[in-house]
Amino acid sequence: MIAFSILAVMLLATAIWTISAKKPVYSVVALLAHFAALAATYLMLHAEFLAVIQLIVYSGAILILFLFVIALLSSGVAPFSVGPNKMPKLAVPAVVLALVALGALSYGVAHLAAPTVTATPGAAPLGPVGAADVFGSVADFGKALFTTYLLPFEITALVLMVAVIGVILLAGDRTPYVATEKQAREVRREMREAIVRGGDR
Amino acid sequence: MLPMSVPLIDYVALSSVIFFIGVAGVLVRRNPLIVLMSIELMFNAANLLFMAFARAWGNNAGHIFAFLVITVAAAEAAIGLAIVVTVFRTARHVDVDDVSLMKG
Repeated sequence: MIAFSILAVMLLATAIWTISAKKPVYSVVALLAHFAALAATYLMLHAEFLAVIQLIVYSGAILILFLFVIALLSSGVAPFSVGPNKMPKLAVPAVVLALVALGALSYGVAHLAAPTVTATPGAAPLGPVGAADVFGSVADFGKALFTTYLLPFEITALVLMVAVIGVILLAGDRTPYVATEKQAREVRREMREAIVRGGDR
Repeated sequence: MLPMSVPLIDYVALSSVIFFIGVAGVLVRRNPLIVLMSIELMFNAANLLFMAFARAWGNNAGHIFAFLVITVAAAEAAIGLAIVVTVFRTARHVDVDDVSLMKG
């Protein structure tokens, strides 16, 4: 319970830091801490394979992709808009929405009917994390993934292929952007203004 | 349900608060990268709930589903970032308020 409380505070703090950081790089760092705490929470829930996947796929692949794009966009120009937000401030409605949803979900779970089946037939028993053939171990996960859930796993390959094709179509081979002298002057002026105003948002 | 050291309701509360921190980020921020990161926060809140319920019922279907969610999230991040780069190429700056045309 103490470990859960510490992790919950870390998760909430880093989530708020992610959405409130001034520069996207700080958001990435906050999100990295968030994912690390989340991996620890997964271990608490006996999901050892998913904890490792969380670190490898999210921290190792997705966040690095974010860092690459930030580095790409930030080289030479001020990429993100400056000046007042054109949208109205939505912070208060968003917080109200969060509290209402929290209440609804808590009510729903508090009134859950007792399940008629206590555990799935043939499911692995609970055991210490890291032991063989217990609930959430790599063997348990792999057995389920390659037998019962083989079709969803195969469809995953299709999803990833569609994503790769989509990214190549969107951002792939293109004639490079050539700025005219007038456009270059405009970009330089925007850069100076952005520096004076202190970066994005 | 199997006995748990931390009650299930605590995980549900934590997950729903994180989810709506993500919603607030999408609504309030206009930097597209931070909007994408807020979407990742929401994906992860849902995953945490999958884990908690898988643990509560001793059924690893939740683990499989979270695995599929991570796959879809990776594809979404890649495509979202490609769109950001494409918008940046044509407009030289990116702002979610200004992206209203569905063509290049």
